[in-house]
Amino acid sequence: MTVAESVITIAAVVAGTMLTRFIPFIVFPSGKKIPDTVKYLGGVLPYAVMGLLVVYSLKDVSLFSGSHGIPEALALILICVLHVWKRNMLLSIGAGTVLYMFLVQAVF
Amino acid sequence: MGVKTKALKAAFPYTVPILAGFLFLGISYGFLMSSKGFSIIYPIFMSLLIFAGSMEFVTVNLLLSAFNPVAAFIMAIMVNARHIFYGISMLEKFSGLGLKKLYLIFGMCDESFSINCSAGIPRGVDKGWFMFFVTALNHFYWVSGATIGAVLGSFITFDTSGIEFVLTALFVVIFIEQWIGTKTHTPALSGVILSLATLIVFGPDNFMIPAMIFIVVFFVAIRKKGES
Repeated sequence: MTVAESVITIAAVVAGTMLTRFIPFIVFPSGKKIPDTVKYLGGVLPYAVMGLLVVYSLKDVSLFSGSHGIPEALALILICVLHVWKRNMLLSIGAGTVLYMFLVQAVF
Repeated sequence: MGVKTKALKAAFPYTVPILAGFLFLGISYGFLMSSKGFSIIYPIFMSLLIFAGSMEFVTVNLLLSAFNPVAAFIMAIMVNARHIFYGISMLEKFSGLGLKKLYLIFGMCDESFSINCSAGIPRGVDKGWFMFFVTALNHFYWVSGATIGAVLGSFITFDTSGIEFVLTALFVVIFIEQWIGTKTHTPALSGVILSLATLIVFGPDNFMIPAMIFIVVFFVAIRKKGES
């Protein structure tokens, strides 16, 4: 690929990415009344999307090969227990990640 | 304390997990680019302008294959389609923020969105500047990571495998926070269940778009049912 071609490719990726971020705001500009269904979606989607993101970030975990998802499961359990108990975001995230790194590097 | 300083001070603690995750992921991205023979200019500008982690890794492959900008454009839309949900969720929260709004939309990656949609912004802190600094700090961490990775190239090696789990951990913790903070769990549950179901049916590379469609259809249907 020439430099010009790679610049065009990157520009195309930027344009595609920005389209996904801007389109709701272009379709429903401020000042224009947001339809009730969209308002309703705006209220429930943040909860659904976080569930989607959790699944998305674990999508490549295979239960039937490799480490069978055991490091992920153990780290998730630690995060849930710690977080419900202490409600400290940094502690839960830090401890969960350190445990996961230890498991994938040293155990599995 | 000025409005901006106050907002920056309130925003920073929320971004600390991202600081760790983005520095390491950004460094590995910079490493990857330099190992494929790209000049440092590439990772700097790509991390600055695309600011969507997974898509930047995909773009490395696009740049190494045959020239096809239309395919690159469509690929970017498919990979980042979930951002449409973020926009719908933030329509009201971003309104009336003037020029800041443009940057907030531009920089709405998974992590900025997660924090901005869920963080309880303390009383007396300006909402617009808080969200601005969350986004700008994340953006800064990501570009710094990519730059450091590209500069260091292969000079240093340390085992960071598994560090990407910090982002999973962030999403899980926010999920738990949201769960504790609300009485109706149908939205959260349907997000998990419909995503898992589509993941099983369509596989890890193709499930996002069907998952999003099913989630929207589901919510529109239960809302209709609630009205009648």
